[in-house]
Amino acid sequence: MFAIDYYQQAESVAQAVALLAAEPGARLVAGGTDVLIRLREGRGDYARLVDINGLEELRGIGLADDGTLRIGALSTFRQVMASDDVRRLVPVVAEAVGTAGGPQLRNVATVGGNICNGAVSADSVGALLVHDAQLEIQGPEGRRRTPLQGFHTGPGRVALARDEVLVALHIRPRDYRGFGAAYYKYAMREAMDIATIGCTAAVRLEGEAIGELRLVFTVAAPTPVRCAHAEAAAAGRPLTAETLDAVAAAVAADVQPRTSWRARQDFRLHIIRTLAARVTRRAAERAGGKF
Amino acid sequence: MRKTVSCTINGRAYTLSVDVRQSLLDMLRELGLTSVKEGCGVGECGACTVLVNGRAIDSCIYLAVWAHGKTIRTAEGEAADGRMSAVQQAYVDAGAVQCGFCTPGLIMTSTAFVERHRGRKVSRQEIRRAHAGNLCRCTGYETIIRAVEKCLGRQAEMPSDDGD
Ligand SMILES: Cc1cc2nc3c(=O)[nH]c(=O)nc-3n(C[C@H](O)[C@H](O)[C@H](O)COP(=O)(O)OP(=O)(O)OC[C@H]3O[C@@H](n4cnc5c(N)ncnc54)[C@H](O)[C@@H]3O)c2cc1C
Ligand code: FES
Ligand code: FES
Repeated sequence: MFAIDYYQQAESVAQAVALLAAEPGARLVAGGTDVLIRLREGRGDYARLVDINGLEELRGIGLADDGTLRIGALSTFRQVMASDDVRRLVPVVAEAVGTAGGPQLRNVATVGGNICNGAVSADSVGALLVHDAQLEIQGPEGRRRTPLQGFHTGPGRVALARDEVLVALHIRPRDYRGFGAAYYKYAMREAMDIATIGCTAAVRLEGEAIGELRLVFTVAAPTPVRCAHAEAAAAGRPLTAETLDAVAAAVAADVQPRTSWRARQDFRLHIIRTLAARVTRRAAERAGGKF
Repeated sequence: MRKTVSCTINGRAYTLSVDVRQSLLDMLRELGLTSVKEGCGVGECGACTVLVNGRAIDSCIYLAVWAHGKTIRTAEGEAADGRMSAVQQAYVDAGAVQCGFCTPGLIMTSTAFVERHRGRKVSRQEIRRAHAGNLCRCTGYETIIRAVEKCLGRQAEMPSDDGD
């Protein structure tokens, strides 16, 4: 038995918001693959649950008239991987969630849970950040939109009030058109492992040069980071080994790797530099570039 | 707190009064479906794998109340009229069962995989990836992969595209 003290099934997002507002200490459970693990660990702060698992209004992946891709927060990793729109427009999102856990996990774990748990190792977050995903959030005052960029405020923390529900993620055409992108999860095993370092790059070419690089590292700082220095080192530069070297050199200023049982700080920095070049190259090649 | 859960388990309709704190694993074992094993209890080993609406899930980290309105399959339901399913028979034929603790969970993962890939060309790497959520301490997996290959009807040609 899970040590659940309070449990309500929400029948709508509005009701979930109301239940959260009325019950101090309550939090949402979506796929439960984090929450139920915390309960197994004996964490009392996960004992009061508002269940949104059955809310169809939070599922579904589709395109708006202006070409904006909408991914419902309760979409499972498997549904994201299977979506034709995701595979066609933002394939790196499918690639990224495909590295999480094993098949059983991907059948249940949701994208919304992966973002809202604030984990620095979340596999979806880099792909969503390079495509500058916008969050649609519902609270007592109605719906608001906010960029995913800046949503993570610290390890395990996000800028979400305790009575708010993430409804969907939106990716605008200007953030996917013309980009090639890639994710590399550096982990100790090929499956069923958490990233030691995660690197996501998206590249838009301009003629023979890199028009724009968007580079994100996870598990390289207290929150997922967009790498402004590395991105600047690539902008307008040709598709050469020197450009990749410049990206690898600049990225050290963007990250703050730490020592943990998974890897020491200097080793992490080595992986970060190597991946910055390798994944940028792969993204540029996927955009149609040749080195 | 209890909730009423109506679901189909191994082809039979059930209406159950379920404690909201129960996992699906607890619920199924209480019904006597003890093929569903608790290995780790935290989604790592796959010994508790069952199919929910045809998809493999870890029943140890799945609330029993989520079974409402769904179709559940466990290894018990795969044998019919005293005859094993094609996947179960393939495991026996390939010698893919040693201590057996992982076997019911693996059978369900393989069943979902085989049903979805029948008639398609599948690499050994794909089979391995599709079974990455099930740990086996005994077999070394090779016989398990052979069993799945046999079910997919391509035991004869075995390209070693993952280098072994
Ligand atoms: C065996 C195992 C392996 C794993 N491997 C990986 C891996 O490789 N990579 C990876 O990234 N993760 C991994 N995870 C972690 C986890 O599966 C993911 O983070 C998953 O995406 C969480 O989604 P969920 O729906 O299950 O979340 P839940 O457990 O339901 O919720 C997680 C948190 O998010 C909040 N939340 C959920 N949905 C919403 C919403 N719509 N609005 C607001 N708040 C919300 C909840 O209140 C809770 O605090 C693994 C977990 C397990 C058990
Ligand atoms: S017992 Fe469920 S995954 Fe190990
Ligand atoms: S046969 Fe013993 S764990 Fe797989």
